Amino acid sequence: MTVSIDLSEVSLRDFNKRLHETEEGHFVVRNPRGAHAVAVGITSKITVDVEGSVGYFCAGMNMSGTVRIDGNASTGLAENIMSGTVRITGNATMSAAATGHGGLVVIEGNAGARCGISMKGVDIVVGGNVGHMSAFMAQAGNLVVLGDADHDLGDSIYEAVVFVRGEVASLGSDCVEREMTPQHLETLSRLLAAAETSAEPSDFRVYGSARELYNFHVDDIDAAEAARRLP
Amino acid sequence: MNSRPWHHRESYTFDRNVIAEIRRAANTGIYRIRGWGAKRELPTFDDLVFLGASMSRYPLEGYREACATDLVIGEGRAERPVRLDIPITIAGMSFGSLSAQAKEALGRGATAAGTSTTTGDGGMTSEERGHSKTLVYQYLPSRYGMNPDDLRRADAIEVVVGQGAKPGGGGMLLGQKINERVAEMRTLPEGIDQRSACRHPDWTGPDDLTIKIIELREVVDWQVPIYVKVGAARPYYDTCLAIKAGADAVVVDGMQGGTAATQDVFIEHVGIPTIAAVPESVRALKELGVHREVKLIAAGGIRSGADVAKALALGADAVSLGTAALIAIGDNDPALDEQYRELGSAAGFWEDFQAGNDPAGITTQDPALASRLDPELAGRRLANYLQVLTLELQTLARANGKSHVHNLEPEDLAALTVEAAAMARVPLAGTDWIPGR
Repeated sequence: MTVSIDLSEVSLRDFNKRLHETEEGHFVVRNPRGAHAVAVGITSKITVDVEGSVGYFCAGMNMSGTVRIDGNASTGLAENIMSGTVRITGNATMSAAATGHGGLVVIEGNAGARCGISMKGVDIVVGGNVGHMSAFMAQAGNLVVLGDADHDLGDSIYEAVVFVRGEVASLGSDCVEREMTPQHLETLSRLLAAAETSAEPSDFRVYGSARELYNFHVDDIDAAEAARRLP
Repeated sequence: MNSRPWHHRESYTFDRNVIAEIRRAANTGIYRIRGWGAKRELPTFDDLVFLGASMSRYPLEGYREACATDLVIGEGRAERPVRLDIPITIAGMSFGSLSAQAKEALGRGATAAGTSTTTGDGGMTSEERGHSKTLVYQYLPSRYGMNPDDLRRADAIEVVVGQGAKPGGGGMLLGQKINERVAEMRTLPEGIDQRSACRHPDWTGPDDLTIKIIELREVVDWQVPIYVKVGAARPYYDTCLAIKAGADAVVVDGMQGGTAATQDVFIEHVGIPTIAAVPESVRALKELGVHREVKLIAAGGIRSGADVAKALALGADAVSLGTAALIAIGDNDPALDEQYRELGSAAGFWEDFQAGNDPAGITTQDPALASRLDPELAGRRLANYLQVLTLELQTLARANGKSHVHNLEPEDLAALTVEAAAMARVPLAGTDWIPGR
């Protein structure tokens, strides 16, 4: 059953509460008019189609739900997503899928700065370009970029993996290009298929952590000096 | 005649601690990382005294008349406001920095005393949720272990912008404490030296925070209050902005506030003392007409019922304890002195919370060490300690003629030093002089 919600008539609070109380179903949201926090905190396998652009944090903290946005999104699209799918036809501004722990986020257009910042297991596929410092401190999961990546990609990255088809302006601290392994290709193929793109996995390059920032480097000259003095 | 020979004359500028630190730095090439809070001498609540009742002020009967201590946070906005029996809460300390046993003990003690405890960087554990009647969930820049189900299980949400030990800095947890469970909760490789983000990943500035708070309220269906915690840097402006962003409570953490691990230079040189921060936050609350409506929780170096009473008299609604709570459950226990000495310290001086080898079983993830702490007994110690603070608080409130501890006011105080008078904005004792007025 499809339920139509007009956000020019229904308050955000009532709308989100209704989503939280629903176990299954399909919602079509009209007139989002750039509202913030649309469809946040979903906990069930519902589907939400948003007809228009949204503000901050749309589909934030999603668990199990499917949210599709026909438009653009502002900061923090699908932030801290745990599972489920969020898909947007247009562009997403800063911090898309920030800290996401799981699930899939597909951005058909471009993503702004810090896409996938501190990601913790989410998979992100961006049809266009990503802004600077994307995958900053990315801990786990995969960021796939079909276009170009701006400066400082993957700065201070942990165990997340970044795939880029286009140009990389520069890599951030401790981020290095890796050899594409069969496992990388398998992951990439799966994500490209899930995102319904026709890109060729072999056209991508892969980036990850050099793991040189994982621990402090601590000298011990006293020990060296003591050893030198030994007879 | 000075019996100390000149060749033993210690430099004030280069004393033994300074020399030791220079030598340590030269040996290791890394800044000093440690736990605890600021150790240098700072203006504190000890620099204030209560005037008490006299001819023109009537005391309450100290042992008989009621002196209420209850507190409600979030009334009017949250469907389930936080209701505390006492205005003394337990500050955020993470599982990871603390053992699961320590977190359980804090929950047990706080619950027995009728107050709240708080998670920390790294998420919520079953131990602390299970033993905490009122649990505040910290929402931190790192978002380690951030799970919306835990948000919904919490009794309040605290958006952490900063903390007193390191305003402008992120948390730190060294590899010795990143065991399998901690690593899994934080989605990090085992054994790394974890350095948390200092900025939230998806919002910047007060306008964004306003929207973030709306999102959090929407996620939990407006059930619970939202706190904003700031390190005491610019408390007037930070409090104004937190209020404007929609906080139900503002936690201001002075520079005496503790930490599990950060750079010594940060602990000792960034932020302002709690006694200086509280009046600035109160000024913000009053100017915006929300004093006592938006609650102010003061933290950083609170040790006694006198500290609590003085913070409340300056206008705070509650206080929060970290270091003192750890001491209450067994940190720096003299009975462990020999073991502290084996680690190059001594009971009363132990500050290496980052090292993970705490013989008290509190700041460790070593199962053998952690098992030394009995959460039930430690929880009872904390409950006893909180009871003493409450009794002391009530004693002072009654002596100043107050039937509720929130009726304490700056007029009840005098300062012992010019500095304290200027910071707390109460008269220097024996005068009506407040510097700057």
